[in-house]
Amino acid sequence: MPTVRDLRVRQGQVLLMAGTSKGVFLFAAGPKRDKWERGGPHFAGSPTYAVGHANGTGERLFAGVENPFYGPALRWSDDLGHTWTDETQSTLKFPKGAGVSLKRIWQIVPGVEKGTIYAGVEPSALFVSHDRGASWELVRGLFDHPHREKWVPGNGGQCLHTVLPHPSDPRSITVAMSTGGVYRTEDGGKSWRPSNRGVQAEFMPDKFPEFGQCVHKVVRHPSRPDTLFLQNHGGLYRSDDAGDSWQDIAKGVPSDFGFCMAIHPHDPDVVYIVPIEKSLFRCTPEGKLRVYRTRDGGKSWEALSKGLPQKDANEMVLRDAMSVDRLNPAGVYFGTRSGKVYGSASGGNAWSLIADGLPPVLCVRAVVIGDPAKIRVPSARGAARQGIAKLKAKAKTVAAKKPLRKALRSR
Amino acid sequence: MPVRVRLPAILRDLPGSRATVELEGRFDSVSDALDALWRQVPGVRDRVLTETGEVREHVQLFVGFESIRFTGGLATAVPEDSEIHIVPAVSGG
Repeated sequence: MPTVRDLRVRQGQVLLMAGTSKGVFLFAAGPKRDKWERGGPHFAGSPTYAVGHANGTGERLFAGVENPFYGPALRWSDDLGHTWTDETQSTLKFPKGAGVSLKRIWQIVPGVEKGTIYAGVEPSALFVSHDRGASWELVRGLFDHPHREKWVPGNGGQCLHTVLPHPSDPRSITVAMSTGGVYRTEDGGKSWRPSNRGVQAEFMPDKFPEFGQCVHKVVRHPSRPDTLFLQNHGGLYRSDDAGDSWQDIAKGVPSDFGFCMAIHPHDPDVVYIVPIEKSLFRCTPEGKLRVYRTRDGGKSWEALSKGLPQKDANEMVLRDAMSVDRLNPAGVYFGTRSGKVYGSASGGNAWSLIADGLPPVLCVRAVVIGDPAKIRVPSARGAARQGIAKLKAKAKTVAAKKPLRKALRSR
Repeated sequence: MPVRVRLPAILRDLPGSRATVELEGRFDSVSDALDALWRQVPGVRDRVLTETGEVREHVQLFVGFESIRFTGGLATAVPEDSEIHIVPAVSGG
């Protein structure tokens, strides 16, 4: 097995977790996010479709690790990825009598109440933990939903891949699955209703069914929880009524097909996607790797390509392989199926390669270690000023040493 | 009234294929109707069924709006004047 490179992550750094088809790699950088240290691979050889954290500080990290022989397990780390629990401590599994077995962990997100964590899994189901992942309970209201028998797996599996707890109401949760579509509860998970009106299912004879859509990702901003953005299997949508209805916003993008989607941490109108040409050719259009950003809630989109390859780049970014950090300016990150991780410390204006040569990247999560509001990010101008100040200081030191050198030479 | 089979775009380039193929006669099951389809558009068969006669994993068949996965598979009844849809299932991760 490969040697695991240890990464000592420090307060004030951004930690970037990349789950790949062969384990988890960690990256850490200071607030400038220009130089990244690398660690891992943890769980070498095991596909990891979900990484996450217990809250916004990185206090407990999670990984949904899938041993190819012994099955899936939830692992966690309380020391920023230095050590991890072993698989025997994982209690995330279907209860006796459910009639199904856990195949894959797709999503791990914190709930609004302290200590609450949600896990979306395959086959499509939602689990909740109230003790930071130590014990889990199957959300029966969704699992027993009469629609469940008609949710059909695609090639990715019958997965519940998106969990969006309401930022202030713990009884309200929105989930998305492929296939099945969007469902939501307003009573803490007891009852669920489909929320897919206006979302297309191009692969069904009825193009706008009540449920059965292949939704790839949904995001929302905590400051405006009734507004949702949705990347569909063919379709890009916005809802302003918490998912009751959806409007097409795919104007100005090269394709409405894609998987990943992320929302800006500080601006609810800023959303990022990576369009993919189409279902039968899952590569970036025209061989150009471009992130598309809307800054007006989906009315218009702009291509972001500075620092990204624009020739022969037949890339693919999976549904959970994009993430943002909460610094200001925000960092945006994504990983490709070809094993590259890109990052932008400028909200997407310019990108740089953080890592290459990784196994296919399945998921990416960024977390700021510490309170993002208290971490000062040096601006480009500030950095330039700092650089000039450093040069001046150096020049002073050299000048101060000159008489000494002269004296030494004269001896 | 004939049974109509709607074919997906990706199967329309095969010889004899088109968006909708009409099948004259009565059919007891989807399997019978498909046999009639193969006679008109032979190339479709191997795209839809495996060598052992099962529907390919990522192909879905519907009679009307109902997937045959939930109505008896290839033994599903085909009423007169109905439509059979062949659609690629969603896939991807």
